[in-house]
Amino acid sequence: MDWRPNASPEMLRARADLLGRIRRFFATRGVLEVETPLLSSCGITDPSIEPLVVERGTSLNQPRYLQTSPEYAMKRLLACYGEPVFQLARAFRDGEAGARHNPEFTLLEWYRPDFDHHALMAEVAELVCDCLDGRGVHYYSYRQLFLEVLAVDPFSAAPAELESAARDRLDAGTLVGDRDMWLDLLMSHVIEPELAGRGICFVYDYPASQAALARIAEADGVAVGQRFELYVDGLELANGYFELGDAVEQRGRFERDNQRRREVGLPERPLDERLLDALAAGLPSCSGVALGVDRMLMLTTGAADIRDVMAFDWARA
Amino acid sequence: MANYSTNDFRSGLKVMLDGEPCSILDNEFVKPGKGQAFNRVKLRNLKTGRVWERTFRSGETLEGADVMDITMEYLYTDGDFWYFMEPDTFEQHQADEKAVADAINWLKEQDPCEVTLYNGVPLSVAPPNFVELEIVETDPGLKGDTAQGGSKPAKLSTGAVVKVPLFINQGEVIRVDTRSGEYQNRVSK
Repeated sequence: MDWRPNASPEMLRARADLLGRIRRFFATRGVLEVETPLLSSCGITDPSIEPLVVERGTSLNQPRYLQTSPEYAMKRLLACYGEPVFQLARAFRDGEAGARHNPEFTLLEWYRPDFDHHALMAEVAELVCDCLDGRGVHYYSYRQLFLEVLAVDPFSAAPAELESAARDRLDAGTLVGDRDMWLDLLMSHVIEPELAGRGICFVYDYPASQAALARIAEADGVAVGQRFELYVDGLELANGYFELGDAVEQRGRFERDNQRRREVGLPERPLDERLLDALAAGLPSCSGVALGVDRMLMLTTGAADIRDVMAFDWARA
Repeated sequence: MANYSTNDFRSGLKVMLDGEPCSILDNEFVKPGKGQAFNRVKLRNLKTGRVWERTFRSGETLEGADVMDITMEYLYTDGDFWYFMEPDTFEQHQADEKAVADAINWLKEQDPCEVTLYNGVPLSVAPPNFVELEIVETDPGLKGDTAQGGSKPAKLSTGAVVKVPLFINQGEVIRVDTRSGEYQNRVSK
């Protein structure tokens, strides 16, 4: 058992410096810093994200969920006040640990009324360039990137075609799954490493099946989720949406998530009715993004392991 | 054997994969913020020595492999098999030529070797890092030439051939690093 910190004193200073830089960036742009609850009555329905659950305590009449991101609470603020807001928040995701993941981590999340995802990508690029020097910024649509790297159209290829593109390049063993699984596998195992030498890369307009909480629109004759991901030196750093504001459509997506959870044997999650009410009351047209602060610190300091940038990692917490 | 989930995969864990015993070398958790989680796992096939990467869905399980590393004393060979003994129990194990293939040049009676047992049968044998062996054949030594460079081949009692300095003579015992196959020094008797 080691009581000592993971991070060096220089690393702690680099972290404090980064947090200060982020706060100044938003202060000069008139974006309001907010704090929202870490423990919420509702978890999220996304089948690939598991929250940690707090089950005991005299204040609890039902379990509460440690937030996996501050998204829902921030959208409720937006629906009521319509102001641009940002938050530096701790988030928790069960079972995510490795050189790039810690179950507890720091997210920078912000929302911009009147921005679409392209306008927000431009602002993300400004923040990242403010913190990291000497890297060019590139923008690729998801489709363009798959065509360039794999010569496969991710919107029209059959699952079997995606599977053989994957099996040609890596040992996928006994993996079985739907087209989204093969797309995720190709993205994380083939395309992400390809982006490692390209500096700051935005990937936008995902397949509609991966829209999550983003709007769906038509682009080049296909339905796309108006979402983006940011990779810097091949490290996934941020994920943003041109936010879905339609309460009925949102409820439908939550219900489909829960149906998927049932199919794969995961517990269903209660729907966040407060969020749905806020959307029904009217979310201003806006875009939002979540950026991993610990990973940003890995990039500013050149650390190869997320454990090195934390005062105490999961094992030492 | 117990089953291990991808969360339990640690370097050194022995598992069964496609019916073959494998040792896990590295395990990387790969997950996009939105999307499915995988584990990219680096493995060594303990039978063939092949090292490669395979991707699993996170949470997938593999059966543990009945593989143990035991330090045993090398006894002798009858030409078909090589015999090793566990020092605590005096239990003897016979290893076939395939199992001793990497060690065969360095096996000296009574030396401690690392024997990997799979289902109780020797799968591979690793010699000690350093062994002392007698030179059975080499060109005559050059008197006085102890400081200059230059080397010559020398055949050892096990049949291995190593490069030795020119001043080393037939009948002398030398120390060899079995990992590199390089001469270390002369051993005074």
